[in-house]
Amino acid sequence: MKLALGPILYYWEREATFSFYDEIAAAPVDIVYLGETVCSRRHTLRTEDWFEVADKLAAAGKEVVLSTQALIESESDLKTLRRLTGNGKFMVEANDMGAVHQLSAAKVPFVAGPHINTYNPQTLELLNELGAKRWVMPVEMSREALSHMQATRPAGMETEVFAYGRLPLAFSARCFTARHYNLPKDDCQFRCMDYPNGLTLNTREGQPFLALNGIQTMSASIYNLIGELDSMRATGVDVVRVSPQAFHTPKILKLFRDALDGRTTAQAAAQQMTKLMFDQACDGYWHGKPGIEQSYLAPAENE
Amino acid sequence: MSPKASLELVCPAGNLPALKIAVDNGADCVYMGFKDNTNARAFAGLNFDPASAREGVRYAHAKGAKVLLALNTFPQSDKWERWQGAVDNAVELGIDAIILADPGLMRYAARTYPNLRLHLSVQGSATNYEAINFYHEHFGVQRAVIPRVLSLAQVEQVVKNTPVEIELFGFGGLCVMVEGRCALSSYATGESPNTCGVCSPAKAVRWQQTPEGLESRLNGVLLDRYGKDENAGYPTLCKGRFEVNNETYYAIEEPTSLNTLEMLPEMIAMGIAAIKIEGRQRSPAYVEQVTKVWRAAIDSAKRAPQSYNVNPAWMAQLNKVAEGQQNTLGAYNRPWK
Repeated sequence: MKLALGPILYYWEREATFSFYDEIAAAPVDIVYLGETVCSRRHTLRTEDWFEVADKLAAAGKEVVLSTQALIESESDLKTLRRLTGNGKFMVEANDMGAVHQLSAAKVPFVAGPHINTYNPQTLELLNELGAKRWVMPVEMSREALSHMQATRPAGMETEVFAYGRLPLAFSARCFTARHYNLPKDDCQFRCMDYPNGLTLNTREGQPFLALNGIQTMSASIYNLIGELDSMRATGVDVVRVSPQAFHTPKILKLFRDALDGRTTAQAAAQQMTKLMFDQACDGYWHGKPGIEQSYLAPAENE
Repeated sequence: MSPKASLELVCPAGNLPALKIAVDNGADCVYMGFKDNTNARAFAGLNFDPASAREGVRYAHAKGAKVLLALNTFPQSDKWERWQGAVDNAVELGIDAIILADPGLMRYAARTYPNLRLHLSVQGSATNYEAINFYHEHFGVQRAVIPRVLSLAQVEQVVKNTPVEIELFGFGGLCVMVEGRCALSSYATGESPNTCGVCSPAKAVRWQQTPEGLESRLNGVLLDRYGKDENAGYPTLCKGRFEVNNETYYAIEEPTSLNTLEMLPEMIAMGIAAIKIEGRQRSPAYVEQVTKVWRAAIDSAKRAPQSYNVNPAWMAQLNKVAEGQQNTLGAYNRPWK
């Protein structure tokens, strides 16, 4: 199985983003997804900057994929989308049907991202006909549902699973980070930059529940399928995706890499990972349960 | 007839009595679902079995109204036949159009029944004309329902760049998230609109009186706690009160109801094809009240758009049935923007 790094879902400082990708160039990861997928107001990196990062990572031997924004509302959103879908060099991850429309019309191969609702073999077959070479399973899909997809998967189609990170659960036109500061979205003062891993939302009895990330709502818990690599392999998963967090991402990639290559056991990797995670783990979706639940017990939790 | 002249009123029919009341009070179209998870209001005691569906279609057609069928969840990988069968049943029943979200199901419907009218559901998450035109080019989709997240100016941009008719939500419970792109419910309960046709399902809800107040929980997660003088609403996940940076508030959405009566002339002028009323889970009394008011308002706005005014009596009637007892123009006019 190959290892992928998803797009940064948060809003980081420009220099922090560049140095992050300098580290990633040297990290043991095969595929890197790049670009702003959440909010069009975020601009520390412009499209040209993303192209530049893409060139650097490609030169370092990474397969680079440019990810499109999930919620496309305005004409300027569409303009950015067209620059990405027409870049002529890198593969594009489509995160809405507008992107699929453009890529399929141009007959360019693409990745059907996690925000394309691919829930059944018929839709996967359609995406295949339209030019998709890889699809990323919706985060709420279970292993069992995936195994039905895999049974009739079109030849040559790769399957990718979101396997580590706070889960991107919902999109809105509203910005909940701005709402927290009583700011209008158009004058949000980019407060989301103060929360490089999202702003945790607790229940009234203090249970971390969700995380606000601008217009995106995420899980507070960190989805972690490090303990499920064998079952992913058995289900025919081709690519395992790690979603960036503000610190320790190269170490997390290395633990996945080592577990994938058999240099360490999943248990040992899971144990080491607990020290790198800023919130508790969850893995319910993979087991067909509420996403918030956790089945796999990392040994460190018993210490 | 131009779409401007033909703005349709599309009303919810959760059951046969609601359907009849909607038709009797001036709905141009009613929309309904079958009694299973092929639609996004898969609630116990709601929706149509084959006999009531047949009677509903007969009743509506006899009175000149159209019947739309919501098949707007995503067929789950191992249960495709249920959704495909629902499309077949819709055709057999003489449904006027089916409302779909899943691209694979759309392809099946377009290939198998080339004359069947297809609408893109709000659950299809099409928020731009490139997405809408995709469904038009590939499956001949004739109408799209836009998620409740665009401003009116953005809606106009869509209308200008697509041959597809545009239907907007006019009234009812407000989804703050982009429909079709929200897995919050399955994160807490295992069931979501996309996978199961439900949000914050009743079977996962627990109410408990505690010394701190009345608590609502969704699969154990505390969604809210109400003081003695507070009205407790249905515990929809995004409408709970939560703590962020030690501040407790409606962190995502306050319980409000969408009401766009005052925007009707603008909507008509920009060529909106239909206004949709939310609420298949609501009572026939709700459907009656809302249909009456919107019929009167649409007729008034069509007759004399320049002098159109929102009748205070309409607002009073709508406020009585609105969720959370307060109205908002939603994203169409963005006070929070």
